[in-house]
Amino acid sequence: MNQFQYYRAATQKAAIDVLTREPEAQYIAGGTNLIDLMKKGVIAPQKLVDINNLPLKNIEKRQGMIRIGALALNSEVAKHDLIVKQHPLLSQALYAGASPQLRNMATVGGNIMQRTRCPYFYDVSMPCNKRHPGKGCGALKGYNRMHAIFGASDSCIAIHPSDMCVALAALRATVIIAGPRGERRIPFEDFHRLPGDHPEKDNTLQRGELIIAVDLPDGPFTKNIHYLKIRDRASYAFALISVAAALDINNGAVRDARLAMGGVAHKPWRLFAAEKLLIGKPVSTISFRQAAAIAMQDAKAYEHNAFKLKLAPNAIVEALEKAAEVI
Amino acid sequence: MENNNPNIPIREEDKCLNESRRNFLKQSSLITAIAITPSMMLKAAESKLDEKIAWALEKVAVNLEINGTKYNLLVEPRVTLLDLLREQLSLTGTKKGCDHGQCGACTVLVNGQRINACLTLVVMQDGKKVTTIEGLADGDNLHPLQAAFIKHDGFQCGYCTPGQIMSGIALIQEGHAGSESEIREHMSGNICRCGCYPHIVDAIMDVKNGGLQS
Repeated sequence: MNQFQYYRAATQKAAIDVLTREPEAQYIAGGTNLIDLMKKGVIAPQKLVDINNLPLKNIEKRQGMIRIGALALNSEVAKHDLIVKQHPLLSQALYAGASPQLRNMATVGGNIMQRTRCPYFYDVSMPCNKRHPGKGCGALKGYNRMHAIFGASDSCIAIHPSDMCVALAALRATVIIAGPRGERRIPFEDFHRLPGDHPEKDNTLQRGELIIAVDLPDGPFTKNIHYLKIRDRASYAFALISVAAALDINNGAVRDARLAMGGVAHKPWRLFAAEKLLIGKPVSTISFRQAAAIAMQDAKAYEHNAFKLKLAPNAIVEALEKAAEVI
Repeated sequence: MENNNPNIPIREEDKCLNESRRNFLKQSSLITAIAITPSMMLKAAESKLDEKIAWALEKVAVNLEINGTKYNLLVEPRVTLLDLLREQLSLTGTKKGCDHGQCGACTVLVNGQRINACLTLVVMQDGKKVTTIEGLADGDNLHPLQAAFIKHDGFQCGYCTPGQIMSGIALIQEGHAGSESEIREHMSGNICRCGCYPHIVDAIMDVKNGGLQS
């Protein structure tokens, strides 16, 4: 690992001041992704600002929402009463991600900020536009089994690896940011980017900005929910495909729906058209197949990930069936 | 290698890093010289950074309680908890497997919670209580889960075993030992290449059900 200067910030403002001033500085919270990347030589920050002493760990009920502090641990959010009762989809997604040890270290803010697990990004001997803009993409003509089927570009076909973020996208969370010019709110949908010509930018954060919390709006999705994760082994592996499904069912019909996918794009992938189509439809496998078909309309496969074009719609149907308890 | 401790062998990866580090030092010697002056420290104090500021080549003071013993340590900021335990404190029971949080061989308890010691920096754990495999037995009396691993043949080569046992203890405390499938799911962060999983599950079940009380 490279050497670096270490600062432990006593206040949020001090942390933001350092990051704003020093282009080579990075925040560190749980460290599970950052330290891994530093050991691999993928990144080599000259300064780390440890934010773990900031008071950002609370999970609390607020007017019309639950606010989750950015430093709340993944394990604590997953088992928290408020989350288990009001947003079980988030709890399921968290338990589907990583291992118990990693969930005890990883924070909500860090999970949102985690980098892609694309092997061409991780292998510093391979070209990668995300690591070295302009050097080319090793995955595009390489072994791209894990890669994107939605929203990719010729610059980058990497996927966002998080499970938690898929649930947060589906539940229409808002990311609360503090920065050199004060606080701002970013709808979860707008936080992560598609790669376009700038895959080096994972998200829309500006220099010095710090995630301080995530707001989850109250909703009816307490019962008919399911997080389906399909991976190469039974547990502790990144998703090939994941689906976060939440239904509000009234008299056998869908009153409202939330759908998002993981393992398919550079960001958690919201299924807007499928959500819209489901509203008012009877709760049935036929409706769910229609939703899956419309969700897959713009999908595009690469040499080794064509299987996702079949797997993804089947996963959408299964997640909806399990959420609706029709299977 | 700036490390003056003769007990710490130079690793291959550090040798490779040396070249780039020298270049970095050459380029930034002026900046480094300025950075270490007291005025910078004052500036840091003014901007309300607390006292823990370590410069790249400097060691920082950290207090840890490990297996009931208090340590006042001086470590480089980049030293992981795993490397501190093994290389500076000779607590080699905690194993280095993948060194990337994928295998669980380095699992230890920090303030009672299981974590991967390879993915955390010592400076981030200041003031915490660490329990390693060496802290479990009371003299010759093994911890119940240690005894259960022997009884149920929970290992072959034994390399993953310290991590498995630390993880298993945490799992029982977390309340995730309700069924065999629940144990398997919540032990998924510990890989055993000998494939002793069924016996590991048996050992955890046995202790959870009150077996092998010490």
